[in-house]
Amino acid sequence: MQAKKYMNPYVGGALLGLVLVFAFWVSGRGLGASGAAKSVIISGVKTVAPSHVENTAYYSNYMESHPKPLKSWLVFEMLGVLVGGFISGAIGGRLKFKVEKGPNVTSKIRIIFAVIGGIFFGFGSQLGRGCTSGSALTGMSVLSVGGFVTMAGIFGTAFALAYFARKLWL
Amino acid sequence: MGPLIVNEIISENANMLMAFIIGIGFGFVLESNGFSSSRRLAGMFYGYDGTVLKVFFTAAIVGALGLLFLSLFGQIDLNFIYINPTYLYSALGGGVIMGVGFILGGYCPGTSFCAAAIGKLDAMVFIGGIFIGIFVFTEGFPLWEEFFYAKNLGAPLMSDVLGTSRGVFTLLLILVALGMFWVSEWAEKRFARADYKLNQKEIKF
Repeated sequence: MQAKKYMNPYVGGALLGLVLVFAFWVSGRGLGASGAAKSVIISGVKTVAPSHVENTAYYSNYMESHPKPLKSWLVFEMLGVLVGGFISGAIGGRLKFKVEKGPNVTSKIRIIFAVIGGIFFGFGSQLGRGCTSGSALTGMSVLSVGGFVTMAGIFGTAFALAYFARKLWL
Repeated sequence: MGPLIVNEIISENANMLMAFIIGIGFGFVLESNGFSSSRRLAGMFYGYDGTVLKVFFTAAIVGALGLLFLSLFGQIDLNFIYINPTYLYSALGGGVIMGVGFILGGYCPGTSFCAAAIGKLDAMVFIGGIFIGIFVFTEGFPLWEEFFYAKNLGAPLMSDVLGTSRGVFTLLLILVALGMFWVSEWAEKRFARADYKLNQKEIKF
């Protein structure tokens, strides 16, 4: 099946903005992503090594403020993202197992760099208290200084390094 | 009347259900715009595909304007909207590290989940990387604790820092966004590639 055309980006951006405003109106908070992954990690560590969680300040503080880490707004929202993405992909004829990569790189290299990129992003999202969704997009729409700083950090760095990473993408 | 959860119009469990529904909308819009494609996302940094900037800035200004209008018509109390606190060093440091992750990995966390949902294997391993990165952060927390809490500015708004109103700053943001749109449209023509097609609907005027 031929993949259908994507939405127009300005229409898509406006829709994304409306989803964001709806989240503010209902829940008093914006969108996010990395926080859900953190909930999964912390409940995973708690299941595997409960005493480690009790004896480590970072985990025990988190458990005190979030007694049930998986029953969190972001976890439910991210489950929705998986469903919504799947529905859109199904309608657009884009459901397919594949490695997406630049034309001049092998799948193996692409996979290795995807893991490395994920590690950086996961670490940075904790240091920056949120990722592109929670800190940059949501932060910018509430005019938070931190949102603008993080946004500038993410996009500025990626632009600055683009030349060195060109073999991956061009 | 909004936010509904803060004003106890809906229950905690209903809020979780709404989170799931909002997530469906979020994921659907991301995927429909091709945010499930790492080449499209990375295209922003080489100019051949400006979709991310267009979608991101349109969403940010619609979000900012939407909040102002809802507040103007008494539908939302902006005092109850969560504002991310600003710790200057970690906000910048975290952003820089995420930027490295973006250009190497081709996704950010939200887009990687969306791409994994349609079967992208590179997105699935990226998510594995996210988990590793978070685990390293939580396990090694004492090492970067000081940096994490340094330069706490509270939760300031750009409009406060610049000594202007939310409305005026939002107008400024709109002007910056228009500039970004113009640059993206120009770059897509200037850096167009023979091996890459912008497969999206056009707006005809």
